[in-house]
Parts: sequence; structure tokens; C-alpha cells
Amino acid sequence: MSNSSREKWLPKLIDAALPVFATLAALLVGAIMLLLLKVNPLEAYRAMWDGAFGSQNAVAETLVKATPLLLVGLGICISFRGDVINIGGEGQMIVGAILGTLIGITLTDWPGWAVIPLALITGFIGGAIWGGIPGFLKAYFKVNEILSTVMMNAIAVQLMNFLLRGPMIDPAQAELASKIPQTARLLDAFRLPRWIPTRLHLGALIAVILAVLVYILLWRTSWGYRIRAVGQNPDASRYAGIKVKNYIVLALVLSGAFAGLAGVMQVYGVNYRMITDGSASGFTGSAGFNGIVAALFGQLHPLGTIPASILFGALLVGANKMQRVVQVPSALITALNGLVVVFVVSSEIWRRRRQKRRMAVAARELEDQPPEEEECDPEDKPEVMA
Amino acid sequence: MISDLFSMTVLVGILASGIRLATPYLYAAIGETFSQRSGVLNLGVEGQMLLGAFAAFFIALTTGNLWLGVLAAMGVGALMGLAMAFVTINLKAEQGISGIGFYLFGLGLSDLLFQKLLGTVETVKGFPKVQIPVLSDLPVIGEIFFRQNLLVYIALLLVPLAWFVLNKTTLGLKIRAVGENPEAADSLGVSVARVRYFTIILGGTLSGVAGASLSIALLNVFQQNMTSGLGFIAVALVYFGAWRPWGVLGGALLFSLVNSLQLWVQVLGIPIPPDIAVMMPYILTILVLVLTVSRVRSPSALTKPFDRGE
Repeated sequence: MSNSSREKWLPKLIDAALPVFATLAALLVGAIMLLLLKVNPLEAYRAMWDGAFGSQNAVAETLVKATPLLLVGLGICISFRGDVINIGGEGQMIVGAILGTLIGITLTDWPGWAVIPLALITGFIGGAIWGGIPGFLKAYFKVNEILSTVMMNAIAVQLMNFLLRGPMIDPAQAELASKIPQTARLLDAFRLPRWIPTRLHLGALIAVILAVLVYILLWRTSWGYRIRAVGQNPDASRYAGIKVKNYIVLALVLSGAFAGLAGVMQVYGVNYRMITDGSASGFTGSAGFNGIVAALFGQLHPLGTIPASILFGALLVGANKMQRVVQVPSALITALNGLVVVFVVSSEIWRRRRQKRRMAVAARELEDQPPEEEECDPEDKPEVMA
Repeated sequence: MISDLFSMTVLVGILASGIRLATPYLYAAIGETFSQRSGVLNLGVEGQMLLGAFAAFFIALTTGNLWLGVLAAMGVGALMGLAMAFVTINLKAEQGISGIGFYLFGLGLSDLLFQKLLGTVETVKGFPKVQIPVLSDLPVIGEIFFRQNLLVYIALLLVPLAWFVLNKTTLGLKIRAVGENPEAADSLGVSVARVRYFTIILGGTLSGVAGASLSIALLNVFQQNMTSGLGFIAVALVYFGAWRPWGVLGGALLFSLVNSLQLWVQVLGIPIPPDIAVMMPYILTILVLVLTVSRVRSPSALTKPFDRGE
């Protein structure tokens, strides 16, 4: 028993370490780029570390940035496990935020304890709708979800710009000549509690709790089992009587819902209003894309996505500090995030090879011995990346 | 005011700028057609375009030579294609996700280089309009087709060329075979890897030109994230065009004409909120995908890495 458990955790440890190596490789490439920009990489990276973890406030900012990444990432865990590639996090965040904000700026005579949960749920539903449309189109019309979610992003941005310039504009702004495209500020009573003096809000804790719930959903419920089954082998799932189309829609609905929640939390926890600079990233901070990076890094495991989100939150916050201290644009970090993604998916080949070898060994052992009751490993990763 | 839309000058204007706007989509989508026909989904087009746009702009600005700019964009795109090919062919990485990685890389790097090497938005004197003798004097048609810049003409010529290569040459046969049935192609002695390397690098090169057509022919500026989703739409147009160059041309023209119409609607002051008008091409693309995709079969081996089973 001790032997077999050792055989189990060692490969798992190597699997878990692969993303770490991928990050180190990306940071190495980043160091070369910094050298080309005539900046001392050690100095730049130290500034990043300082910015991300150097003080209580820095840590809080890192967690604030990590929260939307985690929420989007949880949705990505669900959809990618179902073999549905959701690139629409940006649009889903925006739509969730729009609907959630509507609650806060219209129900101004309601008490906070009612408005906050109602707004969060509305945001969740908004994202679910925006994700559900591409899900429906994929399931019933075979429209590639990568493309439709990208289109839905563009549509959501325009919807936001239209609403914030017109129907949802702050009444005070509507009377000014400047007409800054933003909504009214949320009432004090409607704001998520903060850990004073930092900006860290209750949303971070909610996100962590949800990570546990998503883990339970994926590995302890029949919904989760079916989403994963459809992701691994849709044909076999169909023969087993699973309504594959429904689970494709469900995967995108849930995935969008978590992104929508991320969006509404940016409003109720961080900015207290919606404001647009015309682009999606102006509102989302690209969390819709970076959440994908975080989830992949966490091996599409909800609990693994927690530290991964913190890492990427730290990179983002650190990048700002780096920009101030050594005058390197924070765009460098976007490029490095891209490299991390490329390196992580590229390193999958080694994990797959080892898995193949392990299965070959197991098959040989099975032939030698009479079959024994197999210990079921609920965390065994499906081949979504294959 | 609505009636203004139907005056001759406005209609000609819409069509002429529609064709002009279609150029970047055409380059990128024709390149993507090659890689998808060989079985590889390249989602990094947007990143390749951004780096191509920057390279072309920077070289054109510093040397004053537009063709050197195009060449630089091709080189940068080809390099990105080479990296994508290595990752998806040799390391068999998931194509969609690695494409997103290359997109983020191109987005970040082009922004970084822009801020470090230029700092401010500048303009460059881009490719001028070239009036084709005789033809440009034709009424209506001359104005629409024959008073464009050189990159527009090349993009339009690329369509029949791509059709010819894909359907009438052995190279095209190999590309299609590799995309439909790599095992069979392999058993006939076609190197699946080599064909895919070729198509992905070709796709990257053309994406680079697509970026150049934006930064030194259409807009003549470089800005952060100036493509804003254009590369992803080019990928959608390949599905839309059912993996055929003429279909891609149709899709690119339709999308750009709606876009051009939407711009003219704003110019003429027709009371449709501009933000809503900008949505139209995207909504249209989704609708057309709904109507076409379910009828058309994609290349069988699309997104599937090839393993010789050694």
C-alpha cells in the first residue's frame, strides 16, 4: 500500500511542477527581453515582488486582482473539462456587471443586505445568459464556440458603451458637457465589506468558497460527472444515455455565470460603478483572458486555480510596480502570460507520455495478477488537452 | 436622411471603402484557410497581425520604405508561425489554447515595443492609391475597384491564386490530404509535419501582411491593440467561407460592407446609436455561422495532432 501510494504521489508532484517550470521558462525569456531593453532583470523582478508581496497593502492588491481571475478560472475549469473552449469571459463579465449594476442603481431604497446578494445573483445570471447563447448555438447549430464567444465579446463591449453613454449614464454626468460614460456611484450600503485599510473585499472569500463548491460539483455530483464524461468522450456519453447537447449548454452556462459574477464583483467590491473607456479590457482588466491562463496553470482543477490566480494577480500588480521603478511597460507581463500558456500546453506532452507509460505498466500488471478492486481516483485528470 | 444612403455617390463610397476594409481580413483569412485545410487551427492570428502591424509601421517610419515594412511584417509573421508550428506539430500542444497564448504574446510584445520604441502615436505616409489606367475611368466600377492601394489589389489577386494552389496543384492536394486523412497521406509518403509547417508559416506570413495592410495602408498609424478582434473575425470568416478561398472572399466582403455601411450611417447622421451600429457586423457573422456551419463539414483532421504511432 505504501509503495503504491508513493507511486501515485510522485508522478502527481511532477505533473503539478510542470506549470512551475513553464513559468520559470517564461520569466527567463522575460529576463532576456529585459536585458535587450537594457534593464537589469533582477532589479525588475525584485520590483515586481515588492509590488506584489512587499507590504500588507501589496498583498491585498494582489488578492483583489486574483479574485476575478479565480472566478473566471472556475468557469473555465468547468467548460474546458466539458471540452468547450470559452473565450467569452470578457463579454460575460461585462454583461454580468451591467445587469448587477442595474439592480444597485435602481433599487436605491432597498436595504444593503437585500441588494448585494440580489445583485451578485443577477450578475451570475447575466453571465449565464451570455455564455448560454454560444452554448445553445454550439449544441444545436454546431457553431464553433471559440468564434461565437469572441463575437459575443465584441457585442457586449458595444452594449456596455451604448448603455453607459445613454440609458445608464450617471444623471449628474448627463447634465455636464463632458458626459463621461459611467453609471451613478453605488450607495455606501451596497458595497461589499472591505478589510480596512486595504481594498480587499468579501468577494475574495466568496471566490475561494466557490472554488470548493466547483470542486464538489465536478467530482461529487452527477452533473459534474456528466460534463466531464461529455468532455472526454461525447460518443460514448451519448451511448450511455447522456443528453450530450444539454451538457454542452450547461458547461457554457456555468462558465459564463462565474465570469458574470466576476464582473459584478468588480463593481460592488472594487470600483463601485461601471465606467468605460470604449474597450473591453478597460472594464475587465483582461481578466476574461487571464482567467483562462490561471485555470490552465491550475491544471483545470478548481483548487489548483486558487494559487494560480494569486500568482497571476501578483504578476499583474507587480507589473505596475515594475513599470514605475524600472520604466518597463507592464505590457511585458501580458506577453509573458502568453508565453506561460504556450509553455504549459506544450509541456502537456511529457505528462501524457508518462500517463501512457503508467497505463502500459498497469495493463501488464493486470495480465499478471487476478483483478483486484481498483481504488478509484476522483481527481484523475481527463484528457481535455489531447 | 435614410434616402441619402441610396444616392449613387454614397453607394459607390460604401462599396469602395468596403473593399478597402476587407483587405486585412482577406490576407489573414486566406492564410488561415491554408493552415485549417491542412488540419491546424491557428488562433494566434490576432497576435501575428499585431506584431506584423508594428513591424511594418516601425520599419516604414524609420526607413521610409513601405515595401521593407511589408517584408518585415512577413518575416515577423513567419517567425510566429514557425513557433506555432513547432508547438502544435512537434509538441502536439492543444491548438486552440496555444493560439490564445500566441495571441497574448503578440498583444503584449507589440504594445511593449510600441511604448519603448515609439512612445506616441505617429502617422506614416502609407501606400498611396494607384489608379489603374483606363479601368479606373470606368463609371462606378472604376471608382469601386480600380482606385485602391496596391495591397488591396494584391489581396484580391490572392484569392484566385489560393484557389488555384489548393485545387489544381500537387501541393494543394497534399495540403488537403493531410487535413482530411493524415494517416493515409502519411502512408503514401507525404510528410504530414512538413506540409503543416509550410501552411502554418504561410498563414503567419499572410497574417503579418494583414497587420501591415492595417498599419501602413489602411489606417497609417500604430496603436496598442489596434486590431481589436480583427484576427479572430478572420478565423471566423474561414468557417464562414467553408474553407474555400472564394467563400472567404464572400465572407470578408459581406462583413466589410456591413461595416462600411455602418460607418456611412454614422457619417450621414442617421439616428442609430453608433455603438449599436458597430455591433451589426458581429451579429451578422454569428447569424451567418448559424446558417452555414451546420451544412458544411470541416476538414476531418482539424485541431487533431498527428501521431505516427512510433
